[in-house]
Amino acid sequence: MRLLINKLVLILSTLAALLGIGFLFWILITLSIKGISAINLHIFTADLVDNGLRNLLFGQFVLALIAVVIGVPIGMIAGIYLQEYSYNSKYAQFIRNLSDVMMSAPSIVIGTFVYAIVVNPIGHVSGWAGAIALAIMMIPIVVRTTDDMLGLVPTELREAGVAIGAPKYKVIFNIIIKAAKVGIMTGILLAFARIIGETAPLLFTSGNSEFWTTDLNNEFPSLTVAIYNLATMPNEELVNIAWAGAFLLTMFVLIINLLGRFITKEKTK
Amino acid sequence: MIMHIKDFSFTYKGASKPSLKNINLPILENKVTALIGPSGCGKSTLLRSMNRIHDLYPGNKYEGEILLKNLQNQKMENILEIKKENDFIALRQRVGMIFQKPTPFPMSIYDNIAYGLKLQGIKDKTELDKRVEDALKGSALFKEVKDRLNDDARGLSGGQQQRLCIARAVALKPEVLLFDEPTSALDPISTSAIEELIVELKEEVSIAIVTHNMQQASRISDYTAFMYLGDLIEYDKTETIFLNPKQQMTEDYITGKFG
Ligand SMILES: Nc1ncnc2c1ncn2[C@@H]1O[C@H](COP(=O)(O)OP(=O)(O)O)[C@@H](O)[C@H]1O
Ligand SMILES: [Mg+2]
Repeated sequence: MRLLINKLVLILSTLAALLGIGFLFWILITLSIKGISAINLHIFTADLVDNGLRNLLFGQFVLALIAVVIGVPIGMIAGIYLQEYSYNSKYAQFIRNLSDVMMSAPSIVIGTFVYAIVVNPIGHVSGWAGAIALAIMMIPIVVRTTDDMLGLVPTELREAGVAIGAPKYKVIFNIIIKAAKVGIMTGILLAFARIIGETAPLLFTSGNSEFWTTDLNNEFPSLTVAIYNLATMPNEELVNIAWAGAFLLTMFVLIINLLGRFITKEKTK
Repeated sequence: MIMHIKDFSFTYKGASKPSLKNINLPILENKVTALIGPSGCGKSTLLRSMNRIHDLYPGNKYEGEILLKNLQNQKMENILEIKKENDFIALRQRVGMIFQKPTPFPMSIYDNIAYGLKLQGIKDKTELDKRVEDALKGSALFKEVKDRLNDDARGLSGGQQQRLCIARAVALKPEVLLFDEPTSALDPISTSAIEELIVELKEEVSIAIVTHNMQQASRISDYTAFMYLGDLIEYDKTETIFLNPKQQMTEDYITGKFG
């Protein structure tokens, strides 16, 4: 009887895994076929008004980079506080739980939140609002990886730093962070991969634009929101552009994730 | 006498009983003092009081005095009165510490040693080079690493890492060096290299070493303190402790009746 259940569970879980992988490949293959055939030089040199992706790709990167510039320092400082200065107080534990909750918060909620606190008071969407929404998504991930990675550094190393006469902040910044560098960098990379493909936080915050722009005070182009809009257009050419964009974005995220994994493997070797 | 521990008690944060009770112990100048005793008797706790590294974790209680000789005016000053960050830093530069597991910093071999020197305010490159080289020679590591000073220190073997940590401490020209079981994570060959080094170092510094290896204590120390359950049971010349202990308990421990 037990043997039978064992076999049954094995078969079912194998089937489930195959089904999952099957869908994944189906998506990837469709995406590749439609995406690659829609890629040409024109989409990299023209903006959306001229049926290109240039302003969208640029916009997406700018938003994500600004989010990194805002989110990484805040997240790292909070993570350093939690691991090095909080002595695991109740308050610190509360912040940890809070960032775990924030990490799993639906991204549309964050978009709505930023809409309420940034877009609404100003009166219109803007690149800044989009970048802030992405930064908010990123912060809890950076907080937790910094916290966890610093936690892996042995206590003796901190004591050794203090024992040669370094003040605590120097021990942290010159020694402990260096020792945890690879882990923290990987975390930031994965957080970046997480936000670069987000649509929901941008939808009501940065809006969309068909034109080349570097003005973050106004509506700002992004690939993801554009894909969302283009996908349902009746115009076949626009739909194809969306496929090309989706393919590029997927490849980019895939590469970052693989890179992150590769670094982690190298490190644990 | 470079340090003098007087009526010293120590209680960890939240602990109901003190981990050290009324310890009286001199640390003699240019001698090696060994702290021995069964595991959990308070050897590390005592050693870690001597550079106040306990203060990394708030809430512990010190009572009594730990005096350290001020070499400028030969006065004994109580390090338990230190409160300011700068004075802590100065204390730790005067009283260095080497840990059980080697603790190379995540930087080059050169920078591992230069780091502490730079903290002391030495900026001149030639001076740094010289001090690094002296420290490496002083810990018998120079020959092995002179061609790869810029390599990551974590690539060294365990024994080399430990000697690097000693070099790092020695470079600061401390008055006292504290060793907490410095060889218990090392192979026998590295162990004897470190033991030799400790014996050489006492020309320049005074040394306190925690060890649970009694042969090691008898090989390298001049004085030995035997501790048990937070009490200092007996302190004397190493010879006396090992050949003619006054306390029955010391004799029982030395002869391996318990521990
Ligand atoms: N951080 C700590 N908090 C509370 N008690 C501790 C702590 N570290 C050590 N102790 C206790 O203090 C006593 C002495 O420990 P320790 O000095 O590490 O012994 P030894 O180095 O001789 O093995 C032990 O009873 C141990 O449980
Ligand atoms: Mg110990």
